[in-house]
Amino acid sequence: MLKTARRLSAWMLGFTCLLAANSALAEEAERWKFNMTPGVTPVSQDVYGLHMQMFWWCVGIGVVVFGVMFVSMFLHRKSRGVKPANFHESTWLELLWTAIPFVILILMGIPASKSLINLYDTEKSDIDVLITGYQWRWKYEILGEDVSFFSNLATPRDQIEGHAEKSANYLLEVDEPLVLPVGKKIRFLVTANDVIHNWWVPAFAVKRDAIPGFINDSWTIIDEPGTYRGQCAELCGKDHGFMPIVVEAKTQADYRAWLDEKKATAAALAELTEKTFTFDELYSKGEEIYNRSCASCHQAEGQGLPGVFPALKGSPVAVGPIDHHIDVVVNGVAGTAMQAFGEQLSEVDIAAVVTYERSAWGNNMGDLAQPLDIYNHKQGK
Amino acid sequence: MAHGPAKGFTRWLYTTNHKDIGSMYLWFSFAMFFLGGMFALVIRAELFQPGLQIVEPNFFNQMTTMHGLVMVFGAVMPAFVGLANWMVPLMIGAPDMALPRMNNWSFWILPFAFAMLSSTLFMQGGAPNFGWTFYAPLSTTYAPPSVTFFIFAIHIMGASSIMGAINIIATILNMRAPGMTLMKMPLFVWTWLITAFLLIAVMPVLAGVVTMMLMDIHFGTSFFDAAGGGDPVLFQHVFWFFGHPEVYIMILPAFGIVSAIIPTFARKPLFGYSSMVYATAAIAILSFVVWAHHMFTVGMPIAGELFFMWATMLISVPTGVKVFNWVATMFKGSMTFETPMLFSIAFVILFTIGGFSGLMLAIAPADFQYHDTYFVVAHFHYVLVPGAIFSITAGVYYWLPKWSGRMYNETMGKVHFWLAFIGLNVTFFPMHFSGLAGMPRRIPDYNLMFADWNMISSVGAFLFGAAQVVFLYNVISTIVSGKKASDEVWDNPEGLEWTVPSPAPYHTFAEPPEVK
Amino acid sequence: MKLSWPKNPVTTLSLKLGLTVCGMFVFAIWVMPPLYDAFCDITGLNGKTGDKYESVASAVDTSRIINVQFVATNNEGMPWQFGPEIKQISVHPGEQTRINYLAKNPTGRDMVGQAIPSLVPYKAANYFHKTECFCFEQQALLAGKDAILPMIFIIDQDLPEHIKTITLSYTVFDVTDRFSKEELLSMVHDGP
Repeated sequence: MLKTARRLSAWMLGFTCLLAANSALAEEAERWKFNMTPGVTPVSQDVYGLHMQMFWWCVGIGVVVFGVMFVSMFLHRKSRGVKPANFHESTWLELLWTAIPFVILILMGIPASKSLINLYDTEKSDIDVLITGYQWRWKYEILGEDVSFFSNLATPRDQIEGHAEKSANYLLEVDEPLVLPVGKKIRFLVTANDVIHNWWVPAFAVKRDAIPGFINDSWTIIDEPGTYRGQCAELCGKDHGFMPIVVEAKTQADYRAWLDEKKATAAALAELTEKTFTFDELYSKGEEIYNRSCASCHQAEGQGLPGVFPALKGSPVAVGPIDHHIDVVVNGVAGTAMQAFGEQLSEVDIAAVVTYERSAWGNNMGDLAQPLDIYNHKQGK
Repeated sequence: MAHGPAKGFTRWLYTTNHKDIGSMYLWFSFAMFFLGGMFALVIRAELFQPGLQIVEPNFFNQMTTMHGLVMVFGAVMPAFVGLANWMVPLMIGAPDMALPRMNNWSFWILPFAFAMLSSTLFMQGGAPNFGWTFYAPLSTTYAPPSVTFFIFAIHIMGASSIMGAINIIATILNMRAPGMTLMKMPLFVWTWLITAFLLIAVMPVLAGVVTMMLMDIHFGTSFFDAAGGGDPVLFQHVFWFFGHPEVYIMILPAFGIVSAIIPTFARKPLFGYSSMVYATAAIAILSFVVWAHHMFTVGMPIAGELFFMWATMLISVPTGVKVFNWVATMFKGSMTFETPMLFSIAFVILFTIGGFSGLMLAIAPADFQYHDTYFVVAHFHYVLVPGAIFSITAGVYYWLPKWSGRMYNETMGKVHFWLAFIGLNVTFFPMHFSGLAGMPRRIPDYNLMFADWNMISSVGAFLFGAAQVVFLYNVISTIVSGKKASDEVWDNPEGLEWTVPSPAPYHTFAEPPEVK
Repeated sequence: MKLSWPKNPVTTLSLKLGLTVCGMFVFAIWVMPPLYDAFCDITGLNGKTGDKYESVASAVDTSRIINVQFVATNNEGMPWQFGPEIKQISVHPGEQTRINYLAKNPTGRDMVGQAIPSLVPYKAANYFHKTECFCFEQQALLAGKDAILPMIFIIDQDLPEHIKTITLSYTVFDVTDRFSKEELLSMVHDGP
């Protein structure tokens, strides 16, 4: 079934390409992509097979029903001088077209039920990944490895606003992808920090709601190394369209190397906390952090969105006492959309962004926060 | 003849006449159709190209939300109530609705509900931006302040629908002319009777779910807040317990309209009348046990997934019966293709395509790929636009000569049909492709690989919008200056409504007609 | 006086329909949520674990080893440092085990937190018994204070054979504004 489906869709793809013969074929095929991906996991290929099987059932039924209809529309029209028949019931016919769909449904439902049971079997995993949805980023934690990080949209604002050419992975690129080994059973534990999100990677056919307060599970075994992209699939507020997912599938050795590198980076970051930075270093780093983590609400020029997100330009927080400013960024503001960034950003990042906000867009405070100040604040000192 | 209508605005304000109220419902829904259509065009304009050009993401979300709410509660439902008001008494030989004063109320609270809902667009923080399905906690803890007005607007719309439904049931069960037994009723009356029972059953549940939201937001309860022992998933269960029957509320009367039109233009009686009635009832009953197919990815136990998958697939059996009956009605008829027939045939074809994608969506494992993508958007627009909108349009063309006493312009009707038909398919068919290729719904911006399909969809949407302007012009010019229509209008149509003069007098069937 | 339906059939029918409407409204608000909770209890839906379990002496099934993982999530706006002392533990069904979560309130405010448990696979939820848990009540922490939050659990011997791993998640919510200052102070634990 799957093979036939693939061959047919390849044929149709070829047809589409033919239509656009003047352009680079491969690129056009990607642009005019019209069917579900077969994906790179046993489950996704199974799902693709079901999808194509259902599609051909529908085509078959459609051909019969619409065929009768079109024939009748052609033959049985008044302009051809046809006298109408007068029949208006037929018990055997009505029984027949109730019974046949029943049989077809059973034929459709049995393989679907089998796939579903397989899809739910999360036991005996090799690696467990805790995925937490945030407005509007993902956090990944590899359980038992002490590796935990946030993954943000990496597409620059310039591309979104049309000031720069859009790249191939526009809106589907992140700063820190999740790296997973191929050939291992991976269990995803999915939850959320604020509203409901949904973690979806089409190539794995994994789609799970991330619900605040509750945990959901799903699994995959990736067959082929590669980079796989997905998006949040549950409306989660303003930037629902701007929280992509990138998974890089690598060999076991490369995966281990990535884990080690992650741990080393975390250790280096902890060391940086001890360092004292200059104003310029903090300011320029802060600008980068601000655009990545803050600008989607407070806007690029710190002007906010009136009535929704407050402005930072001239705000009492940004031009008030620095301790309070740090507190707002680290701990958030209860009952508002202002999150606690203490967990999402490193000490260096928070120091940089606070420094930036106090001196950007005409906020002429000129003072600076050092990573150690943030560390002490987090410790409640 | 009894006295005619009062003069001036008070005629409309105080009227208890089913025809006046029916007309007001229809004009109101027409206005809402254009309002909701404008919201849709803002969405399609933003999605014309990748990148953010026209609106901010937050306003985009307000547009998707308002488009859904206005179309469902403002355009489709009031249009069906309007048709019921006009046609049910005429079809069963009753002088008026059973509860005429309540009828007046159920209409006049609607404009206030929608004025309140629309006013949220101008409020601090903007209109509701959490989608027409308003999942908690996005619609509770994280909602803009205007959510309270949204809740009250929903309450008023619900009250209006419930009053309308009570009125229709009371009319059908008590006011039929002598000899009009239940199994002699036209299918439009039957489908509306069943729809009205669905409304009675589920609109209070919608009122309940928004009331729970209201209490969570303002009175410190925790129905949907995990922190207080509640559960956001409970919201989805209660919402879709309303939401799925709601889908059938928007389609069953359409079945009735099409079942009236196809026999007229095929010049052949409807095939399988009684199986149509039973199929409608079966769909209505099944609609209460399939709601969780909207939430296959929420993390249900496997037994639940399997149950809802099979129950959902089962619905295609009675739905199939209906489609087969319509085709059998056309078969060996003597067909002509006036505008109402064109819209009805398009209904059968396109609704069936929507049914096919529905069947695909019912397959739970495959739904893990389809869920919340443009494939779903394509699916429900294929059922709702040709389903509800085309059938209402067909009904308007079919009965407008009876209402106004004047014939519409057939050429313009056909132009409207072909523009709408092409526009619809150009808009919604590519959405199947963008959805399968992986585009999630409710996003204001997208990767370049979805760009071509989206551009086509946007072009189609504006074409579809333009087609409706033709419709508006055709309706107005018919009423103002159409040619005089005969009492029968069509070639030997079935039904009591064709036994009264055109235009239908202000009071009809003061003496009940004889039903053979 | 005996109440009777009005004579007019339209009024009678309308009243009946009106009562149905009220009934469905009541059903949505007062019946569906408890019904849903009961359903969750029975099926383990959403991994809600049960209330306090009265421990009964039972044999430990040493033939099976269950791997129990602990994870923690902070809900939005909750600045506490919150997490399990150990990330995972292997236990036998029937064995009573104590583990700790650690919480620290780093802010300058006195706060109240509520931890919400959730467990996968859902099928295990009804076999995971807690005889003592910090999640049974809210936890108050004064500014800058920390606390050890204990949890004692037993896994039922009847746990389905195929389940080898259980993941228990706690999400901690800030519920400070639901309590007055006095209530908060009366809840405070004497720190460690």
